[in-house]
Amino acid sequence: MAYPAGYRYTKEHEWIEVDGKVGTVGITDYAQNSLGDIVFVDLPKVGDSIEAGKTFGSVESVKAVSDLFAPVSGTVTAINEELKDAPEKINSDANTTWMLKVELSDAKQVDGLLSAADYEKFISEETGH
Amino acid sequence: MAETATELRKTALNAVHRAAKAKMVDFGGWDMPVDCCGLIAEHMAVRTAVGVFDVSHMGDIQLRGPGSLAAVQRLCMNDASKLQVGQAHYSAMLYPNGTFVDDVVVHKLSDNDYLIVINAGTREKDVQWVRSQIGSMPGVHVNDFSDYYTQLAIQGPRAAETLQKLTPVDLGPIKNYWFTWGQVCGLHNVMIARTGYTGEDGFEIYIPSDEPTSARVWQEVLDAGAEFGILACGLGARNTLRLEASMALYGHEISDTINVFEAGLGRYAKLDKGDFVGRDALVKIQEDGGPKRKLVGLEMIERGIGRDGYPVFSLDGKRIGEITSGSPSPFLKKNIAMAYVPVDFTALDREVAVEIRGQMVKAKVVAMPFYKRPKKAS
Repeated sequence: MAYPAGYRYTKEHEWIEVDGKVGTVGITDYAQNSLGDIVFVDLPKVGDSIEAGKTFGSVESVKAVSDLFAPVSGTVTAINEELKDAPEKINSDANTTWMLKVELSDAKQVDGLLSAADYEKFISEETGH
Repeated sequence: MAETATELRKTALNAVHRAAKAKMVDFGGWDMPVDCCGLIAEHMAVRTAVGVFDVSHMGDIQLRGPGSLAAVQRLCMNDASKLQVGQAHYSAMLYPNGTFVDDVVVHKLSDNDYLIVINAGTREKDVQWVRSQIGSMPGVHVNDFSDYYTQLAIQGPRAAETLQKLTPVDLGPIKNYWFTWGQVCGLHNVMIARTGYTGEDGFEIYIPSDEPTSARVWQEVLDAGAEFGILACGLGARNTLRLEASMALYGHEISDTINVFEAGLGRYAKLDKGDFVGRDALVKIQEDGGPKRKLVGLEMIERGIGRDGYPVFSLDGKRIGEITSGSPSPFLKKNIAMAYVPVDFTALDREVAVEIRGQMVKAKVVAMPFYKRPKKAS
């Protein structure tokens, strides 16, 4: 599975696509695959602030629960309401199934995130393949 | 992960699972598939059609000789003298204090020959326990046959039709918890048991554990079940299936700190059959008024998933127990759990709270099993 080159990534397996001051956040294909069938996503509310490196919610599969970590700091401007009833969309297409949009408080934070190539290298080291 | 993978034990089907891209996990020291093609799909295949599991990590202890019945009777709490040849039953080996060494299925192969199927994570402990307890009892040999068998569980309402295509043995007359021997996939004298751990009808077959034979039979089962939509299933689905059916898992609902009555398994402890390890303690517990805590079924009322190890509270905030197994139920589409709570919290519909990652989330006591398979219409 390819990781879009235009996205940036965290070591906790979130992706962010930045367009000007707004970032769109989801989890990677590697993350959805590790979790298995996703049944529940817990997200903040529009207007909440999130902080880079801190948890902003959780995602649960049948087997496991996993924290979501904010790639950047900012204010939540939208959440993907579709995930309330259809969290399994993340399994079918993690790259385009976004969780929330955030207005970045410090655009420079994006530079500290992994590129697609670095992320792929990181997960290949993590899995030992 | 890579460093420990080499130390994990493997079943004869390990390469087959890996080639099929199953997700593998360390389960009690075994490298086992947890998710073959999606846990929910696998779970639903077993509830509505058929699924096949590699359960070769389970252990098998044979007790053989004229003293074998006496040995089984001493080791296990159920009454094996009631078994006929070709019959099996659920039982458990207990410590003297009435807690669990392991839960087991005892099969009577002949008057002088019993096969005890044990859990994977407790294999060595169980074998040692059996040897230590039998000690100098006369006329009984203990054999650890755990590595001799590849054990496949074919489970679901279409399991019988699937397996029937691979054997000349008429499966129809084999009743639940009975077994026979016969030809399967051209192999002679295969033990075919109508047993399982899913709450569905199904069979477990015991075939030779060499890799080519195991891989061939696995594939033939998949081919035979293809018309019914068979799926290869992992331990993830096995766990949600047994949870819906409220079957105990060692290390969760039963352990060396939980006794038979707490676990709600008293009906399998035959206190009047004569002495057995743990009997005195069970009698004492009964005389003292029974257990102080009991296993209950919980259903989450509010949004949230109670999981293994999450604490349970009374509504006024007192910690009263802990979830032993909890998960979303793929079939019932509810979030369910089993938990130990004090006996005065066990009434149906009693509301409690589960602490889920710092939040108190309401749940209520419900009847177990959560799922019971529909009776055959005939």
